This record gives sequence, C-alpha cells and structure tokens, in this order.
Amino acid sequence: MRLGDRMTPLLELRGATVRFGPKVALNAVDLAVARGERIALVGANGSGKSTLLRALHGLVPLAGGERRMAGAPRIAMVFQRPFMLRMTVRANVELGLMLQRVPRAERRERAMHALERVGLASEAGRIGRVLSGGQQQRAALARAWALRPEVLLLDEPTASLDPSAKREVETLVGEFAAQGITVLISSHNLGQVKRLASRVVYLEHGRLLADVPTARFFDGPLPEEAMRFLRGELPWD
Amino acid sequence: MNPFLDSLATAARLVADRDPQLLHIVGLSLSVSGIACLVATALGLLAGAMIAVWRFPGRSGVIVVLNTLLALPSVVVGLIVYLLLSRAGPLGAWGILFTPAAMVIAQSLLVTPIVAALARQTIEDAMRDHGEQLRSLGATRLECALIIAWDERLAILTLALMAFGRAVSEVGAVMMVGGNIAGVTRVMTTAIALETSKGDLPVALALGFVLLGVVLVLNVVIGALRGWRIRGDREAGVLP
Repeated sequence: MRLGDRMTPLLELRGATVRFGPKVALNAVDLAVARGERIALVGANGSGKSTLLRALHGLVPLAGGERRMAGAPRIAMVFQRPFMLRMTVRANVELGLMLQRVPRAERRERAMHALERVGLASEAGRIGRVLSGGQQQRAALARAWALRPEVLLLDEPTASLDPSAKREVETLVGEFAAQGITVLISSHNLGQVKRLASRVVYLEHGRLLADVPTARFFDGPLPEEAMRFLRGELPWD
Repeated sequence: MNPFLDSLATAARLVADRDPQLLHIVGLSLSVSGIACLVATALGLLAGAMIAVWRFPGRSGVIVVLNTLLALPSVVVGLIVYLLLSRAGPLGAWGILFTPAAMVIAQSLLVTPIVAALARQTIEDAMRDHGEQLRSLGATRLECALIIAWDERLAILTLALMAFGRAVSEVGAVMMVGGNIAGVTRVMTTAIALETSKGDLPVALALGFVLLGVVLVLNVVIGALRGWRIRGDREAGVLP
C-alpha cells in the first residue's frame, strides 16, 4: 500500500512515464501527494528524482499515464543551480511575480518581504549572479516563496553548497514546511532526509520502488533494492 | 616625394580639414548602415528567438539555410533587391531604386541573417541551460526567449555592432541598388571604388582611413563589451 492513497491528493501522478528519446526516465510511477506533506525523493544519480519533480510540475510531457491536481495549486520549484539573471537580486525575485502578472507595487513589496524572509534584504540591490552559491540558493527560495506556493519542489537544493549554506537552506525549507507548504525534496543527504521529510520515496532506474514513512525507510523492512542503496551499494548502470 | 606618401598626406589633410564632400559621404554611410543595422537587429532577433524556441517541421533545414546565409555575397543581395525594385519588378511602383532607402533595404537583407543565426544560437544555448527554470516560474516559450535575450543583451549588442561593421564595409549591394550617385547615394565604399578607378588615390585613401577608423572603433567597443561580460561572469563564478 502506498502512503498517499489514504489521503485526498493535492497533486497526483498515475502510471506516469517520461521518455527522453529511447531512455525511459520515469517508468509508470504512481505518486499521490497530500496537502502539507514533506516528501523526500531518494535514489542514485539518474534514478529519476529530478524527472519526477519536473513531471509533478508539468515541465516534461508524459509519454504515458496522467497528472492530476486538486484545483490549480500554485507550484514553485527550486533547482540545484538556480538561474540568476544579470539583474539585481530584487529583480530576480520579482521575475516570477512579473510572469504571474502581479502589479508592480505589489511585486516590489512581496519581493522585499521574501528577501527579508530568507535574510537577503541587505543584498537586494546587488547583481544576482555575484552572490555566493548559498546566497543564490536563498534568493531562489525567496523567488519561489514570493509566489506563495502551495507546493514547493526542491531539486537537490543543497547539493553544491558548503555545510553552513546547506544548514541555512535546510532551516528555511523546514520553516516553509512548518507553514503548511507541501514540500517535495530530492536529496542524496540521508541526514537531511531524516530531518526534513515525513515520507520517503525511493526510485531506481525510473521506477518507484518504495514509498514509506521516514522512520520505516531507515528502520526497514524495505525492498531489497532500497536496502542495497542504504547499505551504500549504489545501483550504477 | 613618393606618390603613396603624397596621397597619404593629402588624405590626412582632407580628414583634418573636414572636407564637406567627405563629411557628406561619411554621414550617408553611417546613417544608411545604422538604420539597416537597427532593422536587421529587430528582425533578426525576433526570427532568431522564434527559431530558438519553437519546434516545427523543417526547423533543421531553416537553420542550415540561415547559417548558409551568413556568407551571403553582397552582390547577390544587390542583384535580388535590384530586380525587386527595378521598374519591371514587383516593387517597382515604390520608385525607390537608386535612393538611400533601397540601400537600407539591401543592407538590411544582407545582415539580418547574421543577427538571426547568431541570436538563435545564443538564445538556444541559454534556453538549454535555463529555459526550464524560467518555465517553472510560469514563462511561456516566447517569454523565456525574450527574458534570455534581455539577459544576453551584451551579446546581442555585440551582434548588432558586428552587423553594422558588415553593412558599413560592404560595397556590392549599395553599388547596385544605390548607383553611387554623387551627393545622393554615394557612400564610403562606393566612393573608394570610384576614386580608385579614376586614379584619385588621396580621396580614396582618406575615405579608407575613415572606414578603417569606424571599423576600429566598432572592434574596440565589441572587445570592451566582451571583456565586461567575461569579467562579470568571472566575478559571478560562471567562468573560471
């Protein structure tokens, strides 16, 4: 039994398959996400974690299966290496709001509020690209948070950060989740998974092999493939 | 005195004295090529952005044709525009053959493919890296292309300057559709060709100096823009 089945899903994939040319990146994945959940996606590189997040956001077309949503939830996504335009930090945060046709005055206010939220208000006038990696990731979180998302998708948001920046970003994600934002995070950091997630989804070669509460993921029992992953025997191709 | 050095001295004097005929020719050259460059940048950027973001049947063929047009001979463009604008041509009623307007059209056609091909490459490369993040914020494909074009504005400005350099230094197209009429359609390149054939080397050399100077200034500006961009990316850690 899959965990999400018992709840009313806010976002759901049924039999979702994604192909990139001959490669099947996601293979008939079922995943139901209920409001307020904190889900971690784990698996080796190339297991389909990023593709699953992109499929949930609707950024990749499904070759099979379907994506369902309860209404039209606001979804925002933060990537491992956030794209900062050659503009000020504030303009970078305003970009998403501008694309959502938010009026200029409200846009400015929300962008500044979001920057204050992530501790970057003092950097608002600097060029986005010259911020440190950790600051850029916080700016990307501010850009996502300013959209007032109901679902926040995070694709290895701390993978390329130093330990202190990692901690800052993780704290923010925890605070966003505590506000009731539904969070899905892909991560290789099992400690982070333990700290942030209430549910863990394990993927291997594009297939979803385990979908269990976090405690059970670490204490077992689990399918053999997931056990091998936890023992450090990564399923490389 | 050496005839070459003599010509050089006369040329320098013409430039220093701001000879009215010379100034008119230089002014017409810069305005015709400047307008053509603006038209080509607008059209080329739009075409390049559209080809970069839309997938349609025959797209690869369009890209091959566009890249081929980078080496479009100016006399061929001149010939095509001449045929279009000549009295018997489909646009003959406009009556603009042998006017600066015809020269602008010819030069625009010549350099639009340069802007379009290079803008497509620039936007497509950036889209590959960042397009998905922009779409995740709610941007349509065209909005992605426009945002990226704005973000790559220094690269686009460099393209525009390159296009201007190509336009201001070509001779074939403006000669054919402008006719090199003194005081009306005579520009630097056509004047150099004419004065050289007449044996009036000082005037040809003087114009050559000005043309070289324009191209030199363009290259300095392009180099400065490139350096500025690289420095910015280096500070941002995008480049090592």
